Amino acid sequence: MSGYTSDPRIRWTELLPWAAAIAFFFAMPEYLSLGARILIYILFALSLDLILGYAGIITLGHSAFFGLGAYTAGVLGAKYGVTDPFLQLIAAAAMAALLGISTGAVILRTKALTLLMLTLAITSILLEIANKATWLTGGADGLSGVKTDPILGLFKFDIFGKTAFIYCLIALFLGWLLVRRLIYSPYGAMLTGIRENTARMHAVGAPVYWRLVLIYTLSATMAGVAGALLTQVNQFVGLNVLGLEPSGDLLVMLILGGVGRLYGAFVGPVVYLIAQDYLAKQYPEYWYFGIGVLLIVVVLFARGGILGLFDPWLQALSRRRSSARALAR
Amino acid sequence: MAASALETQKLCKSFGALTVADNIDFRLEPGARHALIGPNGAGKTTFVNMLTGALAPSSGRILLGGEDITKVSQAARVRRGLGRTFQITTLFRKLPVLDNVALGIAERDGVARRMWKPASRHAAIIDEAMALLGTLGLTADARIKVEDLPYGRQRLVEIAIALGLKPKVLLLDEPAAGVPSQDSGHVLDVLASLPADIAILIIEHDMDLVFRFARRITVLVQGQVLVEGTPEQIAADRRVRDVYLGEATHA
Repeated sequence: MSGYTSDPRIRWTELLPWAAAIAFFFAMPEYLSLGARILIYILFALSLDLILGYAGIITLGHSAFFGLGAYTAGVLGAKYGVTDPFLQLIAAAAMAALLGISTGAVILRTKALTLLMLTLAITSILLEIANKATWLTGGADGLSGVKTDPILGLFKFDIFGKTAFIYCLIALFLGWLLVRRLIYSPYGAMLTGIRENTARMHAVGAPVYWRLVLIYTLSATMAGVAGALLTQVNQFVGLNVLGLEPSGDLLVMLILGGVGRLYGAFVGPVVYLIAQDYLAKQYPEYWYFGIGVLLIVVVLFARGGILGLFDPWLQALSRRRSSARALAR
Repeated sequence: MAASALETQKLCKSFGALTVADNIDFRLEPGARHALIGPNGAGKTTFVNMLTGALAPSSGRILLGGEDITKVSQAARVRRGLGRTFQITTLFRKLPVLDNVALGIAERDGVARRMWKPASRHAAIIDEAMALLGTLGLTADARIKVEDLPYGRQRLVEIAIALGLKPKVLLLDEPAAGVPSQDSGHVLDVLASLPADIAILIIEHDMDLVFRFARRITVLVQGQVLVEGTPEQIAADRRVRDVYLGEATHA
């Protein structure tokens, strides 16, 4: 969908997620906390789609950036009295970016399984550090008492999650604008080229390695912001933001929704987190089983993810429209 | 002596005890139409891979336009004007033909790093790509995915990408490999119409194509240059007949 032959104009279907989010805000006020969590995970999934879906970088370590962002905001808010929400976000973004560029510069020289293991190693190391540095992170008990000021001095984070929801929605909207812009740009087209045929990109003179390091860093920054949002909304950080598990969950979400199609990152977290919320209430001990079944069904019957199911329908629609346009001439 | 377009000096490559390039001195003049031939296992592919930078030589030097590029990376050689096509089609199969060419042009133009304006609004890139496709007779295929094209046309896309980089030197690695004989004429027409100022080195098994296209021929045997000359000299050379053409008639 990106590239030199695609139409960059926003289609009406692309406004649906935003309409749905606003409708959700008014229709289900008792679920706004879950809603905010979903929005954060969509932002996180978008950042993963950028490197996995577009650039073709496989990773099991994306939680490293999410977790670092979460802990940066948490430590600042709980230990150092930096309670301004935007300062926390900026600091989290900067830390994640730093980690992204420094680790990316090393591991992006590798690929496939080696790369997968290295990404996993990095997030595992961070998890262990967070676990051991109890004086800073609270260790296994987590870091509570994270303070965040009202946004712009006006909107306090309320217990119903109203402020949190709108705040996360705005952050996600900005993130979406940025990612959408990027994937339709020459850079986005170039990333698709790297994913499709790296040897060919080398042969047209592209400095592939540097291009990957840059997008990896951008993606890490976004993931860091998503992590900081989670801390601000929960006023708490736990070890579950680091390591294999959140990375794996994120990957499952993106695969459920559809990889490399921008809106798969929207659909996946919605389905996953609602299913998790429902299943965890109904079957507290077996809820992962339900997620597993869902993943198997999608992988077996919908290889392009849930969004991929709509492809034939969308293609028919665009064919009908282009033939209508041809008739109109 | 004027600078050569591309030159190797005492180029060697060995894998352990096996020597696959043995002191190759080779000169490609500006605007040349030069062919590199040799029996299977003569080291043609190794030689080309060293020229493009895919493989590092064991010793010796490679000069592009008089400058030493022996240690220069593959991508940087491309940016300095060394283009190539692949023996085995190496394309973005799931992307339209236009994108295949535009991605290369965008790299050459420095547009590929841009992150804001949509790619499809970079009219200069798209116009140039369309003009190039026009010269190769691919205009109607511009929006078709490469994987949906017949193989002969895919070979042309391969050439189109290389030309989009405006190379000073172009290495054509078996451009007609696998093309059905009724289409290979079209490939030859395209090769004949390439800009005269590009120095071209063609590696090809199709002797008919080689003798119609090349003005000079180098014969490589067991990693060494056996002989170099005009097509007439090569055709008349008894050693070449023995090791190469003779063998070909047996095959």
